[in-house]
Amino acid sequence: MTRPVGLLLIWAWLMALVAAPLTMLLVVALAAPSDGIPPFQPALSLDGLSQLADPLFLDGLLGSLRIAATTSGLCLALGYPMALGIARSARPDLWLGLLMVPFWSGFLMRLLAWGLILRGTGWAHTALAMQLGLVSCYLPFLVLPLQARLRRADPLLSLAAADLGAGPWGVFRHVTWPHALPGVAAGLSLVFVPVMGEYVIPELLGDPGSQTFGRMIWDAFFAERDWPLAASLSLALLVLLGPAVLLVWR
Amino acid sequence: MIRALLIAGLGFLWLPLAVMVVGSFNAQRLAGAWGGWSWHWYAQVVNDPVMRDAAVLSLQVAIISATLATILGGLSGHALARGRRAGLSFLLAVPLVLPDLLLGFAFVLLFVVVGVPRGAGTIVAAHTTIGTAYVAVVVQAQLSANGTSLEDAARDLGASPLSALLRITLPLASPALISGWLLAFTLSMDDLVVASFVSGPGATTLPMVVFSALRLGATPALAAVGTVMLAVVAVGIAGSKRWGQPRPAVMR
Repeated sequence: MTRPVGLLLIWAWLMALVAAPLTMLLVVALAAPSDGIPPFQPALSLDGLSQLADPLFLDGLLGSLRIAATTSGLCLALGYPMALGIARSARPDLWLGLLMVPFWSGFLMRLLAWGLILRGTGWAHTALAMQLGLVSCYLPFLVLPLQARLRRADPLLSLAAADLGAGPWGVFRHVTWPHALPGVAAGLSLVFVPVMGEYVIPELLGDPGSQTFGRMIWDAFFAERDWPLAASLSLALLVLLGPAVLLVWR
Repeated sequence: MIRALLIAGLGFLWLPLAVMVVGSFNAQRLAGAWGGWSWHWYAQVVNDPVMRDAAVLSLQVAIISATLATILGGLSGHALARGRRAGLSFLLAVPLVLPDLLLGFAFVLLFVVVGVPRGAGTIVAAHTTIGTAYVAVVVQAQLSANGTSLEDAARDLGASPLSALLRITLPLASPALISGWLLAFTLSMDDLVVASFVSGPGATTLPMVVFSALRLGATPALAAVGTVMLAVVAVGIAGSKRWGQPRPAVMR
């Protein structure tokens, strides 16, 4: 008795607040822009989607791809040794706690702190400041799944490989890395996907002139009030991120 | 070598927090100069009605949405742990994976099309949905790890399904429910983007106030707000260590 009622409740909630909103993205992307409230009219118009061909949006997309790739790469370079350090330590939970406090402190607080540090240094509102903010906000997302994966590694395998004549590099290439790979993939996705849609960090720390995809969606919605355009940009991002989303949830 | 890199990486994450905490006690307004210790900025924040109202609203929204998310997420996690449900797990994965910008925008489109007036209620609905997805993952992991043997034993010994649920499953899931609640609460307190989309006039959360102030530059008063939030989070983590799971299972 209880089970069907509970299940029905979840399904109703998720259909109304997950499936329906996503469908609305498609409906509004195909709507015609309007000056009224709400600023669109139901239609089958390609007005919004056709604007995606504008080179401006391609530039924004390439900019976001570059930023997301740079952030993912930096997080992997910094995060892999950190995850390994946690996994190999005698007290992994203690180190994990030290990682979690900044992680749970909230991203706005970290941006605020970077703003305080960079204020008056001449580095404020530059690509470097934005990159610092992005890496410090997203580094834990890479380290957490990776350290969990590395902790499950069997140290005897590495020893066996070394006994059988593999050098340190050989052990890493043939034993450690293949085992770490699912953790690396999960961590990179958890960084890459949200950074592609990031608005706040480029806005607060980045160069005011640099355009990212997240900023374009935000501006199309709040400033230009062109909702069909904002919905079209969102759909494009959704399609682009699809493979990475599936990588996490396969 | 590896240990040194780990400490350096943690230092990189802790440095801004340390600067923020110290900066919040700086009597001097400019960050470059040190003017001695002072509670001045805390007094200013506490006496700022905009900050106070936003903090109260954020707490209310976070408590209500975390509680609703724990109920819905607990039910979802139970359903996922007791059978393969591809549709359900897909719908729950969406809020976990998509950037919050897309989620917030999709939510507001729905609210506008349906004609729901935007405000604190729509923020609660959006945060509940996102929180549900996180709680479901934590609860599912716990219940899957527990297995069904204790429930089966209770049923064999004559307990009704409801009685087995309330007296066996629920107590066993309670650490996951507590850490799920804390996770949903923190996500709600920290959310800027989704709230900005779905909020209406008169409903301004603390992150929204902090964000609009941050656009004009970081100040010691904002650092004081950040330090208070950091203290709240530290207490929350200590609480989840004590009563909940050591870490959110979503990251395992």
